[in-house]
Amino acid sequence: MKILVAIKQVPDTATQVKIAGDGRSIETAGITWIVSPYDEFAVEEALRIKEKRGQGEVVAVTLGPERAKEALRSCLAMGADRAIHVNDPAFNDADTLTTARALAAVVKQEQPGLVLVGRQAIDDDMGAVGGQLAEVLGWPCAYWIMEETIDADGQTVKAARQVEGGLEVFDVPLPAVLAAQKGLNEPRYPTLKGIMGAKKKEIKDVKAGDLGLGADAPQLSITKLEALPPRPPGRIIDGDIATAVKELVRSLREDAKAI
Amino acid sequence: MDFALTEPQELIRKEVAALARTFSLDYWLEKDRRHDYPWEFVKAFAAGGWLGMIIPEPYGGSGLGVTEAALMLGEICAAGAGTSGASPIHFYMFPPMPVIKHGSESLKQRYLPKIPTGEIVMSFGVTEPNAGTDTSRIQTFAERKGDRFVVNGRKVWNTNARQATHMLLLARTAPRDPAKPFRGLTLFFTPFDRSKITVREIEKLGRAAVDSNEIFIDGLEIPADDVVGDVGQGFYHLLDSLNPERVLTAIEAVGIGRAALERATQYAKERVVFDRPIGQNQAIAHPLAMAWAKLETAELMCLKAAWLFDNGKPCGAESNTAKLMAAEAGFEACDVALQTHGGYGYAKEFHVERLWREIRLYKIAPVSQQMVLNYLSEHVLGLPKSY
Repeated sequence: MKILVAIKQVPDTATQVKIAGDGRSIETAGITWIVSPYDEFAVEEALRIKEKRGQGEVVAVTLGPERAKEALRSCLAMGADRAIHVNDPAFNDADTLTTARALAAVVKQEQPGLVLVGRQAIDDDMGAVGGQLAEVLGWPCAYWIMEETIDADGQTVKAARQVEGGLEVFDVPLPAVLAAQKGLNEPRYPTLKGIMGAKKKEIKDVKAGDLGLGADAPQLSITKLEALPPRPPGRIIDGDIATAVKELVRSLREDAKAI
Repeated sequence: MDFALTEPQELIRKEVAALARTFSLDYWLEKDRRHDYPWEFVKAFAAGGWLGMIIPEPYGGSGLGVTEAALMLGEICAAGAGTSGASPIHFYMFPPMPVIKHGSESLKQRYLPKIPTGEIVMSFGVTEPNAGTDTSRIQTFAERKGDRFVVNGRKVWNTNARQATHMLLLARTAPRDPAKPFRGLTLFFTPFDRSKITVREIEKLGRAAVDSNEIFIDGLEIPADDVVGDVGQGFYHLLDSLNPERVLTAIEAVGIGRAALERATQYAKERVVFDRPIGQNQAIAHPLAMAWAKLETAELMCLKAAWLFDNGKPCGAESNTAKLMAAEAGFEACDVALQTHGGYGYAKEFHVERLWREIRLYKIAPVSQQMVLNYLSEHVLGLPKSY
């Protein structure tokens, strides 16, 4: 089975985000870039499916600027067989739907039996591309996946989705889009041989034209980014315990409206 | 001139950092307290193929150079593992070098494939109590008897000897000739036969997790097949191991300094005294900034020396200079980091205390700062030999 994994390169989780001069984007200088952690679960699951079935191909794909190649290279080092980089300035302002359409065009060319994505990227937390991708393709889709089992002939996947207090299990006909939740697996660290082998694997550069896409204006655009307001300082309630507790309850009810 | 790392080198750095950081500072604190060998750490690196970094591909390794090994060991140390984590790994990097460069095909086939998997645990047997840095005066003697050598003698500062399965051993095979003092030494790579070798551990300042020892060799039989290169040429074969050893230990010192600096910087941002984070005081900030600058400078020399070695160019002056400057920079960084923590720096739970003890080693080993200065005085500046 061919599995396509769509990933996104995002700032490292420890990044101190600063708003750039234009007020609409973040300052990218000095950022360490990583594969979005939920996408790593997706890559790992694809590799496990291939290993379990004893055959198949894992193709990593991303839409992003030139630096996004590093993220693809990390996926190749983990064990993906090849990668596709949708790398075109036409997509500089791509919103989730534009991204989903571009990925759908890649899927149509590649015709995988399964698409895996992370349940959201950890930068803008939109959590939309996987669902939109399925919609554009007309495929079924299941999000927040904690477990999956593909039947022997590759026709359906039993996917368990995280819900409050338990798992909701679906039989999903393939091809489908599954979005990985934390807990699906423990992603492997690339081995040294994996890293050295990665440089010999193909990363294909793809332009909008190669996908038969024009430069549609995005439906969504960012007008302004704002930093979070500073946290108000804490308050220490003095006095003996009985009075202090009364004041705490009053304050939680009347000032904070928390109870 | 190009200072950029290649894409695989960048990935090596990133992935080693990620793997090493899965072992917490508390893991290392506990290993140090209990004098417990970090097997979990070594096994994680064996599983990722990292121990085979410099072993050529036909023998199951990745055939990379000292540069990549340096990037790995630097990141291991910067992750906080310190010399407790670096020592068990670096024995897979420089002791095999003479075997790779000068070993017979039989020797390579018997031993090299067992290195990447971690099946072989190595010890390095060169230093002796009565010779020190004056290597030509070692007394351990290997006497030829038919198709084997019989070895008697004593070695000191054998790291890993409690765990070792194999040893790279330097012994005299001919009496010392004052006209050619470095001839007549032979290098062996051979199983660590505990029926003929007694190991006595030396208690020491730091790195309790990884043992250092004195060993007593009594009638150890080594098949002639286990000779590395040519009989009588062992010292010259060993030189291929010594410059990489200097470079790799140097970058370890840089990494340890970085780990300490990371802790101290974090602490200086968070610790509030007199209504301000202490890092706002220049008396705190400037020493930290200076430590950073010196670590960066030392790393440049480490990587230059590694590049020279990997490109087959002479690198004695650069390797020695890297070790000299990195040991100073690393020590200064750890000391400043401890000072930044004030009283808490002296407490084990803040971890800088362990790094401070560990870093002290690098001014002594693998060669003392003073012997490095002697080398530079004599071989670079052309001054008369002082000893």
